[in-house]
This record gives sequence, C-alpha cells and structure tokens, in this order.
Amino acid sequence: MLLSLAQTALPIGISGIEKRFGGVSVLHDLGLDVAAGEFLTLLGPSGSGKTTLLMILAGFVRANAGSIKVGGEEIITMPPHKRNIGMVFQNYALFPHMNVFHNIAFPLKQRRVSAAETAERVERALDLVQLKGLGERRVDQLSGGQRQRVALARAIVFEPRIVLMDEPLSALDKSLREHMQIELRNLHRRLGMTTVYVTHDQREAITMSDRIAVMNAGRIEQIDQPEIIYASPKTKFVAGFIGESSFIPVQCRDGGVWYEDRKLRMTTAAPSAGRHLMVVRPEKLRLVAGEQAGEVNALPAIVGDVIYQGDSFVCYATLKDGRQLILRDYCRSDVLAKLPAPGEPIMLGIDAQDVVLVADQ
Amino acid sequence: MSIGSAIPGNAGRVNADALDADARGESFGLLALLSPGLFLVFAVIIVPIGWLFWLSLFDEAGQLSASNYARFFEQASYIKTFVTTFKVAFTVTGASVLLGYPLAYMLSQLPRRAASICLIFVILPFWTSVLVRTYAWLVILQRKGLINSWLIDLGVIGQPLPLANNFTGVVIGMTHIMLPFLVLPLYASMKTIDTDCLRAGMNLGASPAATFRQIFFPLSLPGLASGVVIVFVLCLGFFVTPALMGGGKVIMWAMRMEQTTSLYSNWGAGAALGVVLLAVTLALLGLFQWLLGARATGVWSQR
Repeated sequence: MLLSLAQTALPIGISGIEKRFGGVSVLHDLGLDVAAGEFLTLLGPSGSGKTTLLMILAGFVRANAGSIKVGGEEIITMPPHKRNIGMVFQNYALFPHMNVFHNIAFPLKQRRVSAAETAERVERALDLVQLKGLGERRVDQLSGGQRQRVALARAIVFEPRIVLMDEPLSALDKSLREHMQIELRNLHRRLGMTTVYVTHDQREAITMSDRIAVMNAGRIEQIDQPEIIYASPKTKFVAGFIGESSFIPVQCRDGGVWYEDRKLRMTTAAPSAGRHLMVVRPEKLRLVAGEQAGEVNALPAIVGDVIYQGDSFVCYATLKDGRQLILRDYCRSDVLAKLPAPGEPIMLGIDAQDVVLVADQ
Repeated sequence: MSIGSAIPGNAGRVNADALDADARGESFGLLALLSPGLFLVFAVIIVPIGWLFWLSLFDEAGQLSASNYARFFEQASYIKTFVTTFKVAFTVTGASVLLGYPLAYMLSQLPRRAASICLIFVILPFWTSVLVRTYAWLVILQRKGLINSWLIDLGVIGQPLPLANNFTGVVIGMTHIMLPFLVLPLYASMKTIDTDCLRAGMNLGASPAATFRQIFFPLSLPGLASGVVIVFVLCLGFFVTPALMGGGKVIMWAMRMEQTTSLYSNWGAGAALGVVLLAVTLALLGLFQWLLGARATGVWSQR
C-alpha cells in the first residue's frame, strides 16, 4: 500500500492576514483559498511577502491579524509542532547528526509510532522518492538532489494534512531542477496532498501548479490557472513577471483601441476609457508581408538585431516611436530562408485573439 | 602527419627538464621562506622541551637515573597532588559547563546587537590580570569578606562559611577565570546551528523542549567538547588561583613544580613533573581527538 494522503487532504482558507515587521507592512489584508488536494504556487519577486505567508502558515511567524482555517479549524494561534503540516525548506534543513533513516523517522518518533511501523513507513517513503536502500547514508554523503528527496520524504512520511514548500529546488542545477519539477508534480498527483509551493521562478510555477497566485508588495495580484495567468494577465505586473513581455501604450477612443493611427483588431471588448498598455509576447509576433486583412494586426518596425539561438531566433525590432519589441520564432527552414537583416523595415503581425490589454498604473 | 613525428627527439617531452628545474626551484624557495619560522619553533619549543626531558633523567647527585619518575609511585604526596589536580580540573570543568552552557545558549538566541554587547561582558575579565581577579575573589569570599559579613548581618548564618582558602575557594576562583574559554567556542558553534533545522524539528511535531533535546543539544556538542578540552587542559597546569585561594591546603601540579624547583632546587624532580604533566595533557588531547574524530566520521545513531 502506498502512502495515501488523498483522504486526509484538507482545504485551507486564509483571510485578512496582516503582517508588519517593525513599522514596515509586508502583508496587507491577504486572503486566499486553497482547495483540498490542490497544488497552489505563490509566485513573486523577493520581498513580495510569499515566504512570510508560508512562515505564517507553518506557524514560525506570528501574523498581526487574520485567520487560517484548515478544514474549517482555526489554526492561527496553534504552535507549529501541533499543526501537522509538512514543510520542505529551501536549504532542506536535514538534521546533520542523523542518517537518512533517522531524519525521515523523526516525525514518526515524535508521534510515538512503533518501531516496526516506523521502519515500514520510512521504507515506503524512501521508495516513493526513489532512494531505496540509502537509509543508512549520512546526510553529508548525499548529493543535492538526494538531500532534496530526503527532505521531501521527511515532510510527507507522517501523512500531513498540508505540505508547504519554500523554493525547494532553487539550490539544484538547471537540469536536475527541471527533472525534480516533473517528479514533484507526479508525486503530488499520486498522493493528492494539499500543497502550497513558493517560488520566484515563473517557469517552475507554470510547469507544476494547478493554480498560481502572483504576489507583489504584500498583495495577491492575480490567482488563476497557469494558462490563464499567461494568456490573460490582469495587471501590468503579472504580464511583466510571467513570461517575456513588451508593452505598447494604446489609446481608447471612439469605442475602439488605437495604436497611433491604427485601430487594433481584437476579440475582447475594448475598454471605454483609461490609459492602457498592449502586452506583446515574443512568440505571438510573427513576420508578415505588408498590411494584413482579417483578424491580424500589423505594426511597421525597423529590425535592430537578429540573434540566432540554435532552436530559435530572436529579432529585436524598433517601432516608429522608438519602443523595442521582441519577436521569437523557431528556426524552421522556411523562416530561416527569409530572415530580415538589421536596418530592414518589416511588418510585425499579431493575431486579434492575442491582443491583451492591461491598465497602465 | 602524426603529432609524434612533429616533435623531434624527446617525443612529447617539450621543456620537461626546464619545468622540473622550475618546480625544484619553487620548493627550495618555499623552504627558504619557512626556515625562520622553523628555526624559531625549534629554538623556543623543541629545544627547551628536550632539555626539560634531559634534566628529568638525572638525580640530585647528577647521576643518570629513573629516581625522579620512581618518586611518583613511591611518595604518597605526589599521588595526592595528582589526584587533587584531577579533582579540581573535573570540578571546575563541570561547574564551567553548568554555568557556561545556559549562558552561551542565551547569547546565541539574542539578537545580534544585544549578543555582541553581552559578549563584551564575557570577554571583559580577560583584560584584567588573573592575580587581580583572584585577590578580588579573596576579598569577596574570605571569613570576613563580603558574602560572609552580609549573611551574618542578615542573620542567615551564625558562623562564617568556609568559602576561601580551601577546595571551594579554588573551584570558585578558577571557574570564573575558565568560563570565557568554554563560552566562546560553545557560542561560536551554537551560532552555526541552522535555525531552519530547529524550525524543521518543530514542524515535524517536536515540542520546543524536544527540539532542543533532539536537535539543538546534539548539534552543540562539538563546540561544547572543544570548550571542555580547553578548560580541562588549562586547569591541569593552573598555578596562580589555586596558590592564592587554596590557602596552602590544595596543592596542584604546577604548585608542586614550583616548590620542587624554587624551594628545594631539585631541577631533576621538577622537570620530571613537567614531563609527566605534558604527557598526560597530550594523552588527554589525543583521547578527545579520537572521540571527536569518531563523532565526526560516524553517524550519531540514536538506535
């Protein structure tokens, strides 16, 4: 039998969380609901308050106000050792004076689980994170990836209601990190535990999460599924933080949206007033020949630089007003055959359905 | 064209001789730079210790004999000194641990600024002469000293407590002097304990007390061990405080050495005392090293 957390996974209801350090407010009236069994990522730059929120969830930091309900039970004043929440730390925080077995057995020992059952459950957890047979290893004999797995096994072996992860992959090298992302996601699917994951790596967030909460300056800017966050960012911050984006200022007048003297073709309703920006993703742009009919917008530009990157190329193009746009496309032979040269005038095409506007704060 | 045929003669060995000569030159250069230091160590450490050992091999008549060492087994007073020395060293080390561990723990938990202010108070006594501090303790502890006169004035006791000029006095005075030697290495090692490890302990269900017992304390042991070694070894050779605070009743190793050489002018016997103290100290250091080495390389199993 595998560890199964699906029956015990509980929803988390966070509301009204406020936190000040000294006179500095780091979380403002923050609310967030995490569904039972959901993999939710808190994504934001450093200083956005995501780690503070995680520390409040784990009970290491006391909030100034607010409520955290796990399955309806208020835990905001509960000491950390009674919360029954597993946590994976950024630096793993393995106990250096214990071997792998004792590290993983630690939470079971605190819960007075019998020796026989402990051995069995540690064995199962080791198996789950693919470290079978390494129980007797010392922590300092493990590689970074193995430590990561031990930390994970230790956080789930006692079948906690919730698992928190604080940038657990940030210390690993790129290829291992990508491998562990997939592995963590698969593990979550198998065990179904409610997971709150903190990262500043947008690609990691998009790869792993059921939903992403983008945080900025102590507030949640947007909380949505990865595809929605990427395709329809609601604020300039979200658009800029997730993926590469260029912003073009547009005017709203006469019931339409205008870039200089061109009325933009778009599939969503035009905002009636206010200053707005068009969010342009490099992969949504393409080279087109001349003005376009139908549902494509064309923007004239001058090529600045073309950079070959093996699988793809990047073209920096300058609009008439001096703004720089980035175009990225895969190196297919038909595209490579007609790559523009620096200084050449081109037309950049963007489909009507890819036109995304955000308010310009 | 192969690479081998491109190089005439000595195939693949371009500049080998010149590089060898360069390496030899560098070794000689390093040796030359080291030589003043080596000479100093030889002159002020190796030679005097060798001389001490040489002296210990001659009896009072100047004859080569083992009588200086035989004394250790024959004379009861030597054995008593040996026992007293270890008794004092153990008691002082124990008292230093009892007082120093909580102090170091408190320091390690304080905010950085407060901790550095408190550390100054720990180090402050270092800047005062041992002699001055010992006399200060005499003033406080003696029959008509501060403590006894207060307690008598308050009516707590009728007769003055024997706090100075005995074993108790020696232990109090030495513990005060030894405390920083324990606290500083212990504090340094406690500061290196990862707070996330303690958080992890609590997160995994250990109460604060259990986290201290199962995580903080074991992780502080290497620092505690090095502090204990320093204090214990210093105690074995301590002179000033036991000489002043012991009132002539507590004879430690170094005091016996002083008596033998300056009172009885028996350099051979004094040298033998020195050699034995050195050997015991080295043996203890070796033992600690061995124990700590086992710690560092083996898992601290809880099974």
